[in-house]
Amino acid sequence: MRDKKEALFSKKNRKLLIDPLNDNNPVTTQVLGICSALAITVQLKPAVVMAISVLVVMSVANVVVSLMRNLIPSRIRIIVQLVVIAALVILVDQVLKAFVYDVSKELSVFVGLIITNCIIMGRLEAFALGNGVWKSFLDGLGNAFGYGWILIAVAFFRELLGAGTLFGYPVIEKLGLYEIGYENNGMMILPPMALVTVGIIIWIQRMKNRDLIES
Amino acid sequence: MEELVNIFIQSIFIDNMVFAYFLGMCSYLAVSKTVKTSVGMGFAVIFVLGFTVPINFLLEKFVLKSGALTWIDDSFIDIDLSFLSFIMFIAIIASMVQLVEMIVEKISPALYGSLGIFLPLIAVNCAILGGSLFMQERAYNNITEATVFGLGSGIGWFLAIVAIAAIREKIRYSHVPAPLRGLGITFIITGLMGIGFMSFMGIKL
Repeated sequence: MRDKKEALFSKKNRKLLIDPLNDNNPVTTQVLGICSALAITVQLKPAVVMAISVLVVMSVANVVVSLMRNLIPSRIRIIVQLVVIAALVILVDQVLKAFVYDVSKELSVFVGLIITNCIIMGRLEAFALGNGVWKSFLDGLGNAFGYGWILIAVAFFRELLGAGTLFGYPVIEKLGLYEIGYENNGMMILPPMALVTVGIIIWIQRMKNRDLIES
Repeated sequence: MEELVNIFIQSIFIDNMVFAYFLGMCSYLAVSKTVKTSVGMGFAVIFVLGFTVPINFLLEKFVLKSGALTWIDDSFIDIDLSFLSFIMFIAIIASMVQLVEMIVEKISPALYGSLGIFLPLIAVNCAILGGSLFMQERAYNNITEATVFGLGSGIGWFLAIVAIAAIREKIRYSHVPAPLRGLGITFIITGLMGIGFMSFMGIKL
């Protein structure tokens, strides 16, 4: 349980929340959860929905596992974690199907794949199993935000450059860039460009923060 | 027969797990530092996919699909358990992985040592669950088709990881800009390989 002497947003706790946004980003530094980060970033809308779904699953799963951390025998912990995550993902999936059916169709198998999203498993293993509830919750939120902003950044560039729209709104057309000879880059919609976009984000991030450079 | 060959080729090259759907990227990036470990990991994935997809196909056909329980009694025709599919699939996969882990440990301790922590991670390898979910979504007709699809996807993943491992072994000798070293350049090369694999699109026998 949470240390009583520590304030809710002490420096340490704030660090848990903020670190994963940049220096310890789950996608670009910890190399977790790449699969879904790439596959659903053709447009902004599914990317935002996915980011929110992961946020929900991750923070709740972290809290649940952290509550149970002293009860789970370590031999079967992976299966216990998978069951917790799978149950939450089923809930999210049913909610998506009920309220945003078209997006849920677009995400297809990738909602189910949140179960095997290594970010969630990785954070459960690395953090929630050994830390208190409030800290685990913050860690879950922080990592989900770190994942989310990469997702949204990639989707932003892919939708803007590939289709000339943002959330389906024809930005480029309104700016009148087509009339002066601008063309959409159809390449950006294809799967390989997602990888290259993430590669470039990593490049920029490591240029800013030289500590992350691999030898 | 022709249909089977088609599914096989399609699942290896066109719908390649890594290049078209980015499935199993985490272990793809983590284990591809040397060719030797990547070969072991690739075989483990082929093996697990080859088993779990047909087993999950049977599960889907006889338990989960809407009206699938009629083989017990006709009154079950309205029951649709498909919302349970995530949890059932992952349970099958987790237990299959445990089995593979025990077999590998028994047969080849050296391989077990080198794969280390990555074998349990196959359970959370999205390629495995993805294989089962794609099988469900594409609704294959019979178990042979499902098996061929599972094996094909596994082989596609194997090809991808061995290829990137070979490239990464060589790239150590080249002059890559420092911030791109390691992860960044691997992403970009994978993207280029994906563009290469796109040339298979539209192949049909």
